[in-house]
Amino acid sequence: MGYAVSLSLAMAALWLVLSGHYDSTLLLSIGAGASVFSVFLAWRLHILDEETSPYHKVWRLFLYWPWLWWEVIKTNITIVRTILSPDMVLTPRMVRVKELPRTDMARIIFANSITLTPGTVSVDLDDDEIIVHAVLKEMTNKNDFAAMGARCAKAWGEKGSLS
Amino acid sequence: MIFFASIMLMASMTLMLIRLLRGPELYDRVLAVNSFGTKTVLFLCVFAFLIGRPDAVDIAILYALMNFISTIAILKFFRYRALDIALSRMNRNRGAGS
Amino acid sequence: MSELLHYLEIARHILASLSLLGGGFFVVAGAIGVLRMPDFYTRVHAAGVTDTLGAVLVLFGLILLSGFTLLSAKLALVGVFLLLTSPTATHAVTNAAHIAGLKPRLGTYRTAPPPEEDNTKGPIA
Repeated sequence: MGYAVSLSLAMAALWLVLSGHYDSTLLLSIGAGASVFSVFLAWRLHILDEETSPYHKVWRLFLYWPWLWWEVIKTNITIVRTILSPDMVLTPRMVRVKELPRTDMARIIFANSITLTPGTVSVDLDDDEIIVHAVLKEMTNKNDFAAMGARCAKAWGEKGSLS
Repeated sequence: MIFFASIMLMASMTLMLIRLLRGPELYDRVLAVNSFGTKTVLFLCVFAFLIGRPDAVDIAILYALMNFISTIAILKFFRYRALDIALSRMNRNRGAGS
Repeated sequence: MSELLHYLEIARHILASLSLLGGGFFVVAGAIGVLRMPDFYTRVHAAGVTDTLGAVLVLFGLILLSGFTLLSAKLALVGVFLLLTSPTATHAVTNAAHIAGLKPRLGTYRTAPPPEEDNTKGPIA
């Protein structure tokens, strides 16, 4: 029930931002009907669970956001410096990251964070490992990946340590 | 300043078109199209301010979503139309298993 | 009081201009990287620079210019969509290339390679 209510509220907020008409009763009621109907469709698809509307976990994700952005800014500056230097030196590597969070959603957040930081891209996602392509060998440090994975597990509210 | 930003975005779009025409692999071209789409979204946002009509931002939202879906669609089409790639992977997996 | 508001207004415009120029710089740098990098897997990283910091700086500058209006909410929505979709699209492209058997170029790469180096090692170190 909480999932349905929170997802309806989110859909209504999205509709209000996209529409921009707040004085017409007809348009507002159409918007309310559309947001409830889309939640009904999600319920019929059996995807109305904590992965679609994580209303009780969203504050932890917002806490994870600034740390991720700091990493993104640092790696961006490194990559831009590499690109613009006249003698460009690249040391591409492919590594396997074995220390993953336990739940699926935390793994998805982890793989997306790896891709979002420039210089590392998650190439393949298996049951027990992520294959990562890195453009500089300094970015393949095992401890950095483990720290990021631990933070992703914490952002999704996993108890205890890594699997 | 908005004018300078739009000039820079157009210059980077031109560079991306060069990569699109030169890209040796199919995946280089898909990457170039996707990146071109991202720059188009940014350019539409800047363009809305440049001509003073905020409606263009709505088009930018639509374009951001369509760009993502079209990239996934192109990749899926090329993956499953080229049957020999899928079959070779299947054979490799079967060979490793037995 | 109105003096202070006036200075805040000037600071807002200067910050917006800096953000727009910085975003444009990162976008152009990413495009140059896509042209300069030697093979597909390294070009993906250069495209990522444009997708993250370049896009966010440009949109942040525009949000500062438009102030607290519905337009800035829409611009923030564009940013959220870009940040949600771009890593997924990047992963889809690289994963498709990896599954199709495109070999990455590993080892050390220089723009003007002095000695010939052995780049034919195994695909995964």
